[in-house]
Amino acid sequence: MTEGQVVELRPAPVARPKIMPDGVMGMLIFVFTEVMFFAGFISAFSVVRARADGVWPPPGQPTLPFEQTAMNTTLLLASGAVTWSAWLAWRRQTGKAATRLLVAIVLGAGFVALQGREWVALLAQGLTLTSSSLGSFFYVIVGAHGLHALAAISALAWSWVKLRKGELPASAFATVQVFWYFVVLIWPFIYFQVYR
Amino acid sequence: MAHSSTAHAHEHAHDHGPQGILKYIWSTDHKIIGMQYMFTGMFMALIGGFMAYTFRMQLAFPGADIPLFGVVSPGEYNALVTNHGSIMIFWVAMPVLIAAFGNYLIPLMIGADDMVFPRLNRLSYQIFLLSAILIIASQFVPGGGFGGAWTSYPPLSANPAYNLTGLGATMWLLAVALEFVAFLLGGINFIVTLMNARAPGMRAYDIPIVVWMIVIASILFMLSVGPLMAGAVMLLFDQTLGTGFFDPGTGGDPILWQHLFWFFGHPEVYVVLLPALGFVAEIITVFSRKKLFGYKTVLYTAVATAILSFFVWAHHQFVAGIDPRMANVFTVTTLLISIPIAEVLFVIIATLYRGSITLTVPMLWALAFVAEFLIGGVTGIFLGASGADIYFHDTYFVLAHFHYTFFPIAIIGTFAAVTMWFPKMFGRMMNEKLGRIHFWLTVTAFNFIFIPLFILGTAGQHRRIYDYNHFPQLATEGLQDLRIVATTATVVLLLSQVLFLFNFFHSLFKGEKAPDNPWKSNTLEWTTSSPPPHGNWPPDAMPNVYRGPYEYSVEGREDDYWPQNQPA
Ligand SMILES: [Cu+2]
Repeated sequence: MTEGQVVELRPAPVARPKIMPDGVMGMLIFVFTEVMFFAGFISAFSVVRARADGVWPPPGQPTLPFEQTAMNTTLLLASGAVTWSAWLAWRRQTGKAATRLLVAIVLGAGFVALQGREWVALLAQGLTLTSSSLGSFFYVIVGAHGLHALAAISALAWSWVKLRKGELPASAFATVQVFWYFVVLIWPFIYFQVYR
Repeated sequence: MAHSSTAHAHEHAHDHGPQGILKYIWSTDHKIIGMQYMFTGMFMALIGGFMAYTFRMQLAFPGADIPLFGVVSPGEYNALVTNHGSIMIFWVAMPVLIAAFGNYLIPLMIGADDMVFPRLNRLSYQIFLLSAILIIASQFVPGGGFGGAWTSYPPLSANPAYNLTGLGATMWLLAVALEFVAFLLGGINFIVTLMNARAPGMRAYDIPIVVWMIVIASILFMLSVGPLMAGAVMLLFDQTLGTGFFDPGTGGDPILWQHLFWFFGHPEVYVVLLPALGFVAEIITVFSRKKLFGYKTVLYTAVATAILSFFVWAHHQFVAGIDPRMANVFTVTTLLISIPIAEVLFVIIATLYRGSITLTVPMLWALAFVAEFLIGGVTGIFLGASGADIYFHDTYFVLAHFHYTFFPIAIIGTFAAVTMWFPKMFGRMMNEKLGRIHFWLTVTAFNFIFIPLFILGTAGQHRRIYDYNHFPQLATEGLQDLRIVATTATVVLLLSQVLFLFNFFHSLFKGEKAPDNPWKSNTLEWTTSSPPPHGNWPPDAMPNVYRGPYEYSVEGREDDYWPQNQPA
């Protein structure tokens, strides 16, 4: 197949442009791993729930507040959308980027705060980490997401500070956004799989 | 994470700062980090090997006072077996095959001055080192090291009342999790470096196969490790906070762990196999002076294997209990995955065909890899078929099969790579004669360990048993003789490594000076000095690439090799 083949003549080598900034690509790969991490939790939860043969929530355990959490979900999705608009404004240099980013951060923080309030209410209703498999999965999955949200919001806050000083590199902003969109977009899956 | 080119340059300027020993500990140079991983892996291999010696001695001479260790108690036996497996896979195979050679070879082979995230790379090694210290420390805590097997199945692993090594179990789990974080950071680096930092002119099919293999293995690792991390968090909570994820008493499910573990665990086999196959492919082409037979076939076969490896994991649950219809599906996928691997072996054999073969030490190791791994692959077919597996499950047949895959990968593959790239790494040649003696001793002893174990397994000898005297049908003289043969061979194998260590360290300081390209190879790492300078090439002489990596014995050329960086 190869022997005696004519050696191809090539143009002189030139430096290739990067496919995308290093940071963004690294973060994307990390996000794939994170998606599999949450997929592991959610599939494990689905298996355990399926084993319960329709007795769900487990006896003596509260039903998760599906409708009420729709509010939290809306805040989070809105924060993602506002972050995107901040990025567009930053790209077009309209001067509105910092304000929009701040709004996105506040909306994101609002999501975390409402989730916290929900936890307090559920704990009072007897749903704890060890009270049932529902409790164990709920706090671990939603807690893992919450920690990711806090990390991402801190990164957004750092971006905001840098942005106001005019020191924010485009690749860094893009990298932080990739992580935030992951946190935002994985939430609806968790919401529909866990709360319903 | 963002890293502009100026920041990159600064990183390098900054790197000349620390002097002396600190230069090696605090370096961000990919070559130094690769060597850190290699030396740590070698050190861990000595520990893992010593553990194998202790429990093999106990099996051959139950209750004996073992030299350098003493009497092995049943609890210690469990801990030794568990940690031998864990250390050899997570702290030897992974760091040496992927992290050490990935770090060392990728930038050099693609013509880059370093990884794209040098500081992340340093962090990766530091986390890995921490995990290694943690797993060693866990052997000495009250209760001893974790004894619930390297697969850590609950409920045994989840409840300190069952495993009696509460602290050891938790430290084991944390060590494994930390180690995964280290490889996650390393893997991100490998993938982004390959995509974004190749030398001008290097196209996808000009990338040496070993680089592809390490990067595909990294992608495979990234995609499979998530669910195990989720499982590890759940297991950690079960151990320490009293949740019942894997406890059927509270509505949990112990089989769930097996699925999460093996969803990672089976791809893991390919995570370590692919780099080893890559080493073998490089070595075989160089020492048969022939173009790799079917570059694209190998590449796409590796991709196909990687994808298929996500759909075989439940062959580990044939006995634990899965729906028989699912068992059929997983039997089929498991048997299917032997096809691409057989294909790569055929490609290697086809590359040898009519080549001008030189039996150097790396070439011997590469050929031994093919021969020994073949036995591992063929015996896997017995285990992949659910019907046969029900008999072989949990016997020494499984154990011998496993070692016929992992020993070629982790030990033979590593020796192949070390002897191949030693001249580049340290600028000295290793001693050929010692290398040959070490090769024959190691490979012969290896077969004398595990062929008897195949026989014991087919005779029905179950694994994870401390003393076979408690099982009259397994305590016969004939079977005990086989155990003694295996143990004697283990001792020979371990003692032979003294030769290697002597050769390694003696050559490191006193070996003959290595030329830049001792093997007359085409790939870019041989176009720089041995060892390469910081930044790999002088900044004004970074290589350009004009052709693929395997242009050997091209007709009409005086030389039988054609380095990738030589203009036509
Ligand atoms: Cu498997």
